[in-house]
Amino acid sequence: MNSSVIVFPGSNCDRDVATALINLQFKNKMVWHKDSELPKSDLIVIPGGFSYGDYLRSGAIAAKSNILKEVIKAAKSGCLVLGICNGFQILIETGLLQGALLRNKNLKFVSKDINLKIINNDNKFCKNYKKNSIINLNIAHNEGNYFTQKDHLKELEDNNLIPFKYCDIEGSINESSNPNGSLNNIAGILNNKKNILGMMPHPERMVNSLISNSNGIELFTSILSK
Amino acid sequence: MIITKEIIDFHGLKSEEYSKIKLLMNREPNYLELGIFSAMWNEHCSYKSSKIHLKKLPIKNKNVIQGPGENAGVIDIGDGDAIVFKIESHNHPSFIEPYQGAATGVGGILRDVFTMGARPIALLNSIHFGDPNNKKTKNLLNGVVSGIGGYGNCIGIPTVAGETKFNSTYNENILVNAMAVGLVNKEKIFYSKAKGVNKAVVYVGSKTGRDGIHGASMASAEFDENSEDKKPTVQVGDPFTEKLLMEACLELMKKDSIISIQDMGAAGLTSSSVEMAYKGGLGIELDLDKIPCREENMSPYEMMLSESQERMLIILEEGKENEARQIFKKWDLDFVVIGKTTDTKNLSLKFKNEVVASIPIEALSSKAPLYDRKWVKKKLDKKKFNLKEHKKIKFDKAFFELISSPNHSNKKWVTEQYDQMVMGDTIERSGADAAIVKIHQKDKAIAITVDSSANYCKSHPFSGGKQIVCESWRNLVSVGAKPIAITNCLNFGNPENPEIMGQFAENILGIKEACEFLDYPVVSGNVSFYNGTNNNNIYPTPVIGGVGLIKNLNKIQNHRFKKIDSQIIIIGKTFGHLDQSAFINELYDIHDGMPPEINLLNEKNNGEMILKLIESESINSVHDISSGGVILALAEMSISSQIGIKIQKPQKTSNIFEYFFGEDQGRYLIEVDNNNLSKVEKMLKDNDIYFENIGITQKEYFEIDKDLKIKIKELYELNNRWYNIFNGLNN
Repeated sequence: MNSSVIVFPGSNCDRDVATALINLQFKNKMVWHKDSELPKSDLIVIPGGFSYGDYLRSGAIAAKSNILKEVIKAAKSGCLVLGICNGFQILIETGLLQGALLRNKNLKFVSKDINLKIINNDNKFCKNYKKNSIINLNIAHNEGNYFTQKDHLKELEDNNLIPFKYCDIEGSINESSNPNGSLNNIAGILNNKKNILGMMPHPERMVNSLISNSNGIELFTSILSK
Repeated sequence: MIITKEIIDFHGLKSEEYSKIKLLMNREPNYLELGIFSAMWNEHCSYKSSKIHLKKLPIKNKNVIQGPGENAGVIDIGDGDAIVFKIESHNHPSFIEPYQGAATGVGGILRDVFTMGARPIALLNSIHFGDPNNKKTKNLLNGVVSGIGGYGNCIGIPTVAGETKFNSTYNENILVNAMAVGLVNKEKIFYSKAKGVNKAVVYVGSKTGRDGIHGASMASAEFDENSEDKKPTVQVGDPFTEKLLMEACLELMKKDSIISIQDMGAAGLTSSSVEMAYKGGLGIELDLDKIPCREENMSPYEMMLSESQERMLIILEEGKENEARQIFKKWDLDFVVIGKTTDTKNLSLKFKNEVVASIPIEALSSKAPLYDRKWVKKKLDKKKFNLKEHKKIKFDKAFFELISSPNHSNKKWVTEQYDQMVMGDTIERSGADAAIVKIHQKDKAIAITVDSSANYCKSHPFSGGKQIVCESWRNLVSVGAKPIAITNCLNFGNPENPEIMGQFAENILGIKEACEFLDYPVVSGNVSFYNGTNNNNIYPTPVIGGVGLIKNLNKIQNHRFKKIDSQIIIIGKTFGHLDQSAFINELYDIHDGMPPEINLLNEKNNGEMILKLIESESINSVHDISSGGVILALAEMSISSQIGIKIQKPQKTSNIFEYFFGEDQGRYLIEVDNNNLSKVEKMLKDNDIYFENIGITQKEYFEIDKDLKIKIKELYELNNRWYNIFNGLNN
């Protein structure tokens, strides 16, 4: 499977996600933000980082970059697109995903390991996870507090477009297991066609149990499996 | 302009220093030249008070590739890999402007590391604040922590470990020390020494602004009530530009076009150009009209003394300009040839077609003042703490108070603001004895730790110096790493005071003795004097950053208990030394007495034994015993694993407080599986290691004799007390 990782000057998880992809047998290419052509890709990853410094709203400038025009085209024609952390923020800014990522509730950067409950696995990104299972991933962001309007929230819930929510070790989804104030503990969302996933947690940081744990692997193997 | 006494004072120069300048120049300097001298001759850049003492430190062992004197130290970790690391202070700027001060401290130390060709792989910090109830503390703490996080998180280097401490000695002068660690191919290390005449001197990175002018001089004087006015001397950081600069430099370093490279840190363009020329025995000529400026009408004086961040000076091989320019263009950074190397051994500055300064390079470097300042030995503090003379306190109450105190409580409210996992190679992070960072795509790792113990150093600078090196060594050993070398950040008060100078001199001797005995040399470092306000000097606070190697990722260890019903053993002898302990500090507010003694032989034997136990996979967990004694170490093992303990104080020992709160050195706690017990005991006996079996692990309860019993969950809550208070305050 061919993957492309988009690299902005301030991307800083590009190498991490590329390492994970290559170790899992993706044929990966790095794509520079000034490029105006995408290599043939089955999966496009927009990695975490600070794209253009994020001194303006996170992801706002990246959403207007050369390469994003191509990403938007590919996404609309059904290519799988995964936005992690800053990548999720960029997808929101492009309008490919709806809602907003506000500053964390406590107004501080938050970096820690969190538990996620697999709410929906009937999509290309999560099918190798068991529904309702609990996985442990890492988050590191300033603006991960997901918000959207009532109608859209209903749409997300009704159409199984929320793959994971923050929970505690026993799987309870409540305020104390919510690290950033996200609406309904939402940690990631899909578009209607389920080919675009934006998520705040970093699956690429949890792909080697010798380093941390391997809970992120299934996300990538889900994409690989037919 | 005539140079008056006021102008000389303003530049922080003494009158005898000014006379020396005239002698070296053979004339009166002009205002610009005076500014350049003040930038190079201040304490921060010249090390004029510390140099003769620093020379005593050991700087070599078989792994050292580069010791002090370069941008950072370099050690060999095998397979063609080398580790570049250094720690540096940013105390004064952080007190004046906590966010920017701390942020640019991180930026500066990162540049020191990538200047040498290394990709930074880890950041650490040691931050010291005043009393938590002091009204300035909360603001300073918030600013510093978000500044450190803001810079490291954005550039994408994980902040993997550190220490946050509180003591009223830092009320008016906080400490912010940042350490960076990088990885480089041994054959591709870059140095600052210029070579060859008529080579292009290139300015890359951000534009020069009016920020940070006199920054280094500000850091070379005590504070007074007007220190707030010094805000403009603090630089402003831009981590995004630093990221661009780092990537561009690392990309250029893959080509063979750089002769030498130096970051513009303290004293900016002045010190970088002088240093490169001096090391190469050359002169340097700069055309100041070409400097990329952020503001209009900047004078040569402002350009030469600005400490604007994210800038570098590069000397390029002939014919490589275009190739290099393309790389910096790709990263949208300035790239300007601003001058050339010469054979005049002069720093020559041109502005609007006139020579505006001409100074012999040596006058600014090797001929800078060097002082053997007067110092006095610290008198021994013979007061001994006697429990019986003080109010009675219950054992469990004492423990609860200590574990929920600001210094010993969980510091997650700090570390959760730092991205600790970016780059995907962090195996152990804050909270462990040492952080462990995997070497990317290889089956080995380095362990890193940063440590200080100011109260020990204050009461006896010599043994405090020894202790802090040993503690660093012990922390690396506890995760299974072979310690290799250290970097040190020596934070002291005013060196013109013989008592302070004595603290420094004796402390260095202590560091030297321990480093030599443990074959744990100093490869880089920084001295920060004048930490104090209105003659109140801080406690002497040397901070040690240690690096060790783990060759086999399957042979690492941590401090988390693994199993119920396994044996708990103390390695090393417990005498019950309470003077200078956290126990009498926090509970009785007593700060007299001698710190615990250091027995370097035991230290080494015990540590090497721990490495053997880890290597032979004979133990389940291990933790070094430090501040707070055995009981704090046990609590940390329990809280991190949610596994309890059932402990009995050995019969023969005298007092339960002394036994569990005493801070005798060279000790570790190990957890041993019942199946391995006889094997481990035999190994310990065969090697003449003193040990005591003190109990077992159990479910749910943290229990010591009949004196203490608490659920782990409640213990966790107590330990989080400060976390909650601080979070509450922040909302």
